Amino acid sequence: MTSTDQQPFLSIKDLKVHFSTEDGIVKAVDGLSFDLVKGQTLGIVGESGSGKSVTNLTILGLHDRDRTAIEGEILLDGKELLSASEKELERLRGNKMSMIFQDALASLSPYHTIGTQIGETYRKHTGCSKSEARKRAIEMLRRVGIPQPDMRVDDYPHQFSGGMRQRAMIAMALVCDPELLIADEPTTALDVTVQAQIMDLLKDLQQEFGTAIIFITHDLGVIADIADDVLVMYGGRCVERGTKKEVLSDPQHPYTLGLLNSMPSLHGAVDVPLTPIPGSPPSLLNPPSGCRFHPRCAFADKVVGDRCSTERPLLELVEDRGSACHLTDAQKQELFADFAATRHN
Amino acid sequence: MFRFLVRRLLGALVILLIISAVTFWLFYAIPRDPAMMSCGKNCTPDMLKQVRHNLGIDHPIPVQYWYWLKGIFVGRSYGDFGDCSAPCLGYSFANREPVLGTILDRLPLTLSLAFGAAVVFLIFGVGAGMIAALKQGKWQDKVASSASLLGSSLQIYFVGYIAMYFLVFKMGILDNPSYTPITESPADWFSGLLLPWLVLAIIFTANYTRMSRSQLVEQLSEDYVRTARAKGLSRSNVFLRFAWRGAMGPIVTIFGVDLGTLIGGAIITESVFSLQGVGRLALDAVNKSDLPMVLGVTLLSAGAIVVFNIVVDAVYALIDPRIRLA
Amino acid sequence: MSNNPLLDVSGLTKHFPIKGGFPIRRTVGAVQAVDGLDFQVAEGESLGLVGESGCGKSTTGRLITRLLEPTGGKITYRGQDITHAGRKQLAPIRSEIQMIFQDPYASLNPRQTVGKIISGPMEINDVNPAGGREKRVRELLEIVGLNPEHYNRFPHEFSGGQRQRIGVARALALEPKLIVADEPVSALDVSIQAQVVNLLQKVQQELGIAFVFIAHDLAIVRHFSQRVAVMYLGKIVEIADREDLYGNPRHPYTRALLSAVPEATVDEEPRERIRLVGDVPSPINPPSGCRFRTRCWKATEKCATEAPPLVQVDGNKPGHLTACHYPETTETIPAPRLSKDPEAAA
Repeated sequence: MTSTDQQPFLSIKDLKVHFSTEDGIVKAVDGLSFDLVKGQTLGIVGESGSGKSVTNLTILGLHDRDRTAIEGEILLDGKELLSASEKELERLRGNKMSMIFQDALASLSPYHTIGTQIGETYRKHTGCSKSEARKRAIEMLRRVGIPQPDMRVDDYPHQFSGGMRQRAMIAMALVCDPELLIADEPTTALDVTVQAQIMDLLKDLQQEFGTAIIFITHDLGVIADIADDVLVMYGGRCVERGTKKEVLSDPQHPYTLGLLNSMPSLHGAVDVPLTPIPGSPPSLLNPPSGCRFHPRCAFADKVVGDRCSTERPLLELVEDRGSACHLTDAQKQELFADFAATRHN
Repeated sequence: MFRFLVRRLLGALVILLIISAVTFWLFYAIPRDPAMMSCGKNCTPDMLKQVRHNLGIDHPIPVQYWYWLKGIFVGRSYGDFGDCSAPCLGYSFANREPVLGTILDRLPLTLSLAFGAAVVFLIFGVGAGMIAALKQGKWQDKVASSASLLGSSLQIYFVGYIAMYFLVFKMGILDNPSYTPITESPADWFSGLLLPWLVLAIIFTANYTRMSRSQLVEQLSEDYVRTARAKGLSRSNVFLRFAWRGAMGPIVTIFGVDLGTLIGGAIITESVFSLQGVGRLALDAVNKSDLPMVLGVTLLSAGAIVVFNIVVDAVYALIDPRIRLA
Repeated sequence: MSNNPLLDVSGLTKHFPIKGGFPIRRTVGAVQAVDGLDFQVAEGESLGLVGESGCGKSTTGRLITRLLEPTGGKITYRGQDITHAGRKQLAPIRSEIQMIFQDPYASLNPRQTVGKIISGPMEINDVNPAGGREKRVRELLEIVGLNPEHYNRFPHEFSGGQRQRIGVARALALEPKLIVADEPVSALDVSIQAQVVNLLQKVQQELGIAFVFIAHDLAIVRHFSQRVAVMYLGKIVEIADREDLYGNPRHPYTRALLSAVPEATVDEEPRERIRLVGDVPSPINPPSGCRFRTRCWKATEKCATEAPPLVQVDGNKPGHLTACHYPETTETIPAPRLSKDPEAAA
């Protein structure tokens, strides 16, 4: 849980990322704020088009600058990133903050050896010699659990298995001991047993280095395993925040509740239908008015008047806990009461 | 690599064999008698028969083809016309000399033309494509795209004559196109071929601009380019070492084909600038129904394309370690 | 298992040849994608096939639908041997066995209207339902929860979940008896997956269609399938009714797989955690004996020399088959446990 006595290492304030396309303006992120403390893992949950990946590319400054309009503030260790120059950002990327991606095969260069790719990050930020960089690459490969690292360092990514590629990417991201690691669906493409290995590895490395991690995923099961705090995104906005336990055991937003209810578990009843969320995730080109979840929400009619479709619900946080929903606490208690009972466990 | 080369060269031989056989057969579908042309105006039936015999065209086609093949390895005699030592690609009916010698005489010009033009269109085409890709959607991109569209719709004879008229005759900036072997005078070689190079390159440049732009734009949107940026590498570093590496493959592929084609002779360019290269040779041979010469030039073109294809595949494997040659 | 299963597969094998050699190319080896599978599917039943990438589950699906030609073994559909049946023999059966694919974007022709896509199978097989094909397509659209008025729309006008519904409607067009669904929901957003699972479940229950449900998501397979087979490197390591398989897994791999599934609950007491070390070995040169032995914490000499048969081991209920020399027992301590390192063992 984020403790208030610790200075946040990363602080995002009212971030808006809008990009212009031929069809109009896409409001990919629409007013997002959160803080992250060192050594903590923030899980960001969201489906396609929730704005979770855009948020993180923006932190690194990797968005398409010509087509993107950004408002708000991103503070990394007190330094404002949105106004930082490209040179300053290059010094930070891979060094103080780094990122790992979902598809390790596509995300690693097919033209360079694993060792070169890890080593060049180290050389860029330390200015060391090629042989030192190679040594460091081998050491990192050993650290992420790749057998025979002194041999594998000269392999190309296509010669690695899926799990090993993801390990190599983690080695590359951590080669300069970054203080912030953004992991964008790093296990989604992996098999469950490999996914479990990678998550264990990330947890171990976090313990060792005290890295702050932003872990983006659509899988609440993964969140339950790795996150300390959780931020649920829908349609470019944060709809719920809290600790992992609060969000998973006592969801306060109908969307979070819907996600949890729609997932089958290993222990639930099997002969009853699942409880899906109707409809599809919204288009950010032309998002619904008011609360962006209202067209799919089971409880939109419980709110007096048409507030859900006209008025944006604000995220009110008390000690980093809260949700953006017009339902009153009393209503939620009553309406969500079945949750524990119908939840498949 | 060795296995790859052996396998591919064997394949290339088979292809050349098929091409020569087809050319042989096609040629005889044309109702013209080369012996009549060689025999001259006062031809008697007996003389014609003798000429036919000397040219080796009094046998059935498969037998002729067999003699032709054999000539490559052991040489061949053409009676009164003279001998043709191995490797003999045949004896020209019209020029009255062995085919190979004629082709070898013309080849330096054609090679000069091809490689010179290639240097020009690679530099300008790929350069413009790179700028366009880097400045996507900006004025530089629009200029490059429009120019390449314009360039690809131009024709060599049109540009060639216009350029000759203004640059050579009116303004005198460039020399009248001519060929001097580079061994004699590199300066004359260069100034004599400069105009043909530029004109020939215009057509290709457009293609390379479009190609390298689209390849680079595609590569720049690849995940690994994003990863490289996320590591803190600079834009130019990422562009040159990552995106450009990926874009190179397809460019090398069409470059190999283009170069192969050019070595087979730039027929129009050579005609426009009155250069006596392989292209002109081919044109004349077709007009004179000179089968051995047509066959020789065809084999040269086909051989060049086949060889460059093998080279391209080998280079591709050097660029992209995922490709294994076998 | 009933005496007359709808589908009976025995010894099913598929080896993909590897070409190589010099100077003349020849077959130098084989990817043993599927190696000696035995299973049955009863009418109206759903059999789940689970396993990790490369275990051969998708190949199995393609063999059953005869999109691939088996290398060995036998596939019997309703008493008829279709293992090597030709086009003509397969024609009547093709309409009874249908397939649903993973990628709803790639598996629908973007230039055809929904009506054309769904009526396609009827046209090819010359099926003329009472009331005409268009009426039937509208019925099908209704069944899968789409607006029948969308008959003339194109696939790009639909969302991912809706496209998968179109795929289901197409599969239903010929009133099949068996549907092979290959990862039908894994490309969809979480909130959409449940919609499609419910639809498939409705179809299975109301129309009595048997399913071979191929997926890597163990929770979804458990929800949808009455019986489940776990595959590893081209072999079935365990097959059982879902209660037995998930409640009493006897094969170490099944157990490891189940323990690795992340669950969206914050547990008070720690779950069993088995972490497999290393990667799945290559199917080109699979380990001798038991194929799982290189990653198994129980493996002995016997496992390397003797392939364990898929049998009802002691303590299993009838129909619960396990291929292991040292099956797991229920009383295992739920503590973290690491399998041995295959690299170290090698």
